[in-house]
Amino acid sequence: MSTQPKVSVRNVAKIYDGTVVLERLDLDIAAGALCTIVGASSCGKSTFLRMLLSQEVPSRGEILIDGEKLPPEPTPDRGIVFQRYSVFPHLTVEENLMLSAEFDAAPLTGRLFGSKRAAARDAVTETLERIGLAQARKRYPTQLSGGMQQRLAIAQALLKKPKILLLDEPFGALDPGIRADMQELLIELWKELSMTIFMVTHDIHEAFKLGTRVLVFDKIRHDPDAPDRWGATITYDLPLDRAGVQTIPDAGALFALKNTTRGDVPHA
Amino acid sequence: MRLINRKPSRATAFFLGMAPFVAAIVAYAVASHYRRLDNPADKLLPSLPDMAAAFSRMAFTPDRRSGDLLLWMDTFDSLERLAAGMGVAVVLALSLGILIGFIPNARSSLAPFIATFSLIPPITILPILFIIFGLGELSKIMLIVVGTAPVMIRSVAQSVMEIPRELIIKAETLGASVWQMMVRVVLPQILPKLITAIRLGLVPAWIFLISAEAIASTSGLGYRIFLVRRYLAMDVILPYVVWITLLAFILDRLLLMASRRAFPWHHLQGESL
Ligand SMILES: Nc1ncnc2c1ncn2[C@@H]1O[C@H](COP(=O)(O)OP(=O)(O)OP(=O)(O)O)[C@@H](O)[C@H]1O
Ligand SMILES: [Mg+2]
Repeated sequence: MSTQPKVSVRNVAKIYDGTVVLERLDLDIAAGALCTIVGASSCGKSTFLRMLLSQEVPSRGEILIDGEKLPPEPTPDRGIVFQRYSVFPHLTVEENLMLSAEFDAAPLTGRLFGSKRAAARDAVTETLERIGLAQARKRYPTQLSGGMQQRLAIAQALLKKPKILLLDEPFGALDPGIRADMQELLIELWKELSMTIFMVTHDIHEAFKLGTRVLVFDKIRHDPDAPDRWGATITYDLPLDRAGVQTIPDAGALFALKNTTRGDVPHA
Repeated sequence: MRLINRKPSRATAFFLGMAPFVAAIVAYAVASHYRRLDNPADKLLPSLPDMAAAFSRMAFTPDRRSGDLLLWMDTFDSLERLAAGMGVAVVLALSLGILIGFIPNARSSLAPFIATFSLIPPITILPILFIIFGLGELSKIMLIVVGTAPVMIRSVAQSVMEIPRELIIKAETLGASVWQMMVRVVLPQILPKLITAIRLGLVPAWIFLISAEAIASTSGLGYRIFLVRRYLAMDVILPYVVWITLLAFILDRLLLMASRRAFPWHHLQGESL
């Protein structure tokens, strides 16, 4: 691996209509990192992901990938799983998974027919089995449970083999049992595909369990007269040696985190 | 229990729904009965059997002059105009609506114009249409287009803009071109809403159809009722009105059924009227 960071964020700030949401973000992320992001609600975590995706442009500073400026619009090299609306409601499970192959193969109709379609369908069968949706391949997303939908969304985002995967609270709405399964699936895929992952979560335990690096976003400067004046920034940047650490390593760090993420203390 | 929580059973709902219809028919029959007691030759409120006779004459007895079955000929001609007009309106609504809703530059250039255009009362354009296109079929069809397309374009554009941005971005990350997003994401997502737009557009479409036929035509449902008006032939007019209403109702239901069949994913998400 070269020493060139996969992603460099240089003094980035985001300002919405005079409200500073994020400021002074500076970090280098190595290729293959699984970077978890925690922070209080509405401190700008999703905004950060949107900037990494080129859905939003930083108001100041710049973001580089492999030393190059981000393209001005979303591209297939960065996959995304949103918390909601991540899969296409008008397509069945298997059609959702076949879609990117159809985009590649059919520039005009965006659709495959006949034997080519059958081949594309076969091609997603393995994925379907892997994510446990083989039985549900003909169903529409609204007919799936939350966990099934998120598995589909993750599988769909991985089809283009993105070098960077962005996950915005992907397991937020899932119950603990399913959540653990999903975490396992994610770790497996991450190891297999050697991606760099950014994952926003509300759950500190999840952040430590999965992450090789934990970023904590918070506002450190407050001006009571002008609350819009200062934005959140990265207050803790904790590299962990290995993924899969089951518990939070030290009580002091947890205490600090609890304080910084006001009101978002995990229940688990 | 509070009124808002009291739900009628299926049977009750049916009878509740039928009651106003029955009441209207009974009220009519009574009024007609007493009017004809006064004056047996009364033309204003013909009896139900008289109307049935007139209607079956229109439907099953060939016209003395032309030999046509008038009701079916009128129905066919009117529906043909309606279909042509709505067909053009749908094509316009889809193409312009998607452009306006999906491509910001197209929106900037077209949206204000369409919004202004849709404020012109269509009937005021009718003389202009007659002058330009003559009194033939084209001007009637154009009136329907002018009367329905602007609103349908705006409603399609609105539905396109309501597609969650996440889905569009997702398609971009899956490598879709703008065209591919239009045909694989935008179009299928708005088709059910297009059907709703058609169902709503049919209401003014019928108005413009009947108006155009009344003013300049030699066939069609609107032509017929305005023709027989000269003889105060209420026994023809009233059944024709009921017939037109029935046609409109059937069209509406057919569209709803088509939508349920073709877009099960849409109707899974919640009930619509
Ligand atoms: N398009 C926008 N225009 C104006 N303000 C915005 C916009 N998007 C986000 N914001 C504001 O930026 C702040 C951060 O929003 P963001 O969605 O990034 O928060 P978050 O950290 O993801 O919160 P949560 O944990 O609740 O998802 C919020 O105060 C929000 O109101
Ligand atoms: Mg968020």
